[in-house]
Amino acid sequence: MSVAKLKDSNHLVTATSLSKRPTLGRRLTALRQKYELALLGGIFFALVVLGTIFAPWLSPYDPIKQDIPSRLLTPSAIHWFGTDESGRDNFTRVLYGGRPILTTGISSVLLALLIGMGIGTAAGYRGGLLDDLLMRAMDIMLSFPTILLAILIVASLGTGLINTILAIAFSLIPTFARLVRSIVITLVREQYVTAAHAVGTSDWQIIAKHIFPNMIPPIIVQATATLAIAISYSSALSFLGLGVEPPRPDWGLMVSQGQRLIFDAIYIPFFPGLAITLTVLSVNYIGDGLRDHLDPTLRNR
Amino acid sequence: MRYILTRLIWLPIVLWAVASLTFLVVHLVPGDPLSQVATLVLDQAQLDRTRVEWGLDQPLWRQYGRFLGNLVRGDLGVSMASGVPLTRLLYEKMPPTIELALMAMLISTIVGIGAGVISSTTRHKWLDYGARTFAILGLSIPWFWIAILFIFVFSVKLKWTPVGGRLGVGVDYDPVTNFVLIDTLMTGNWPALLSFLNHLILPALAIGLTSAGFVARMTRSAMLEVLRADYIRSARAKGLHRRTITFSHALRNAILPVITLQGLQFGTLLGGAVITELVFAWPGLGRMLLDAILRRDYASVQGTVLFVAFFYVVMNLIVDVLYHVVDPRLREA
Repeated sequence: MSVAKLKDSNHLVTATSLSKRPTLGRRLTALRQKYELALLGGIFFALVVLGTIFAPWLSPYDPIKQDIPSRLLTPSAIHWFGTDESGRDNFTRVLYGGRPILTTGISSVLLALLIGMGIGTAAGYRGGLLDDLLMRAMDIMLSFPTILLAILIVASLGTGLINTILAIAFSLIPTFARLVRSIVITLVREQYVTAAHAVGTSDWQIIAKHIFPNMIPPIIVQATATLAIAISYSSALSFLGLGVEPPRPDWGLMVSQGQRLIFDAIYIPFFPGLAITLTVLSVNYIGDGLRDHLDPTLRNR
Repeated sequence: MRYILTRLIWLPIVLWAVASLTFLVVHLVPGDPLSQVATLVLDQAQLDRTRVEWGLDQPLWRQYGRFLGNLVRGDLGVSMASGVPLTRLLYEKMPPTIELALMAMLISTIVGIGAGVISSTTRHKWLDYGARTFAILGLSIPWFWIAILFIFVFSVKLKWTPVGGRLGVGVDYDPVTNFVLIDTLMTGNWPALLSFLNHLILPALAIGLTSAGFVARMTRSAMLEVLRADYIRSARAKGLHRRTITFSHALRNAILPVITLQGLQFGTLLGGAVITELVFAWPGLGRMLLDAILRRDYASVQGTVLFVAFFYVVMNLIVDVLYHVVDPRLREA
């Protein structure tokens, strides 16, 4: 390993710190250089979330009310992203249109995480028949192409925000269950867990005190990566017309409705699609940064 | 050998479980599928008759039994909207989707492995950053959006490719297997083949290039893993050429897990094909599935999903078995 490469490993940072005391400023600079993209991703994602929340204050236009005289205007200083077929301001609609996608994306990941953690912990901690049964069930769910499973569930339950969340969450459960199980299995063999058993600590206490805290870092990494997937799925479902109902703005739906105008007004499907891409991209960068930070074997890549 | 046998024994069990899950999800909703649409067109007597005909008056476990019985005989049911047997519809609609997914897979494998190798051998240089940016963009861009952008650039502006469809208007094509590539090659129908490839390239690129991102990342990390191995250091010490080391020593070892993942990714590609088809008016399963969903034709939804899932399970099995055949390290274990 060359010296240049050693430099970004933590070892050398602590070694140099003997001669140069690491001030908070210097530490922040080092962190910033290493996680620049993750940081940018984080800032962008935060802006997207804030933008969708504070949409009414950020734009003077109404996202739903039609204004036929000003239909299909090209992007300008007044209408940043132009206007759509019904004369509604596209920028406003992009701001509001993030709401359903972010809501379904985030909630479905949290729901899948919760259920997956339950299943994974039960399987890994108990082992035996329960483990076999649960993991075979997860295998079966994984033998569906994930997006197809989500489409199937929405098709059966009907469209709507809650159903989209349930559909995406359900199809994401196996990912978390498998990860949690693999972590629990290694942790259960640790000496401190055996010791806790020996002094008569209850199973629940062991899980809460010794197993759960050790699960958090890898789970955060997985959850971030999965959030990117969940947002993509949510936008795909609404693109297919299986998300929110038409007058309401939604990125996927806006792309599918703007699709017809590809010859005359490409900016209509362009901006909501760009919003999806940049949001997913920012989450992916956050995920990469977290993974690099939390997984020491990847530090020098 | 033992591994392959175990997998083969498991296959029917997995297929049964997949079928049961599909059945269960489709019948999640209380009430029967008929009540939702048919009440508008049919009177009570007709409704009752159709209900008996489709066995919807029976308890759920009976319907399930009937469903499984039919399935074993290769009968996926009848489309509730058109009355056509699903096997016949699928025979027509499945080949276009598979053509598209396979072409996309080819593109994503070549481009992805290429980008991954470049990235791992030029670590921390601009080429590496370029390849990594391409990879993460591929993971982030939605298929349907890149499809629209591609049509806008290559079909509307540059006029290189047609806007949509599978064959040009007026192209003489006589379907036998419904796989255009096979049919045209067998009969030597070159105009149809050219028209087909011209229609295929853009949707295949839209899916292939975006999913190449995933392949590139996997290849990069597999390559970096292998490049640290002792035998690579030995090869370097021996004074072997860089290129020989990269391709004959590193890539050959790094590529196997990537190929397996690519097999698993075929499901994602099928999903991608189903969605991208809609943008390109590609006459495959995507259109069929979406129409079935919008018409609440549950039999068709169930049949289509089941078919794709079965295809995916079998495909995975083949990939796994091939993996074991190809990698001698696993064969001995």
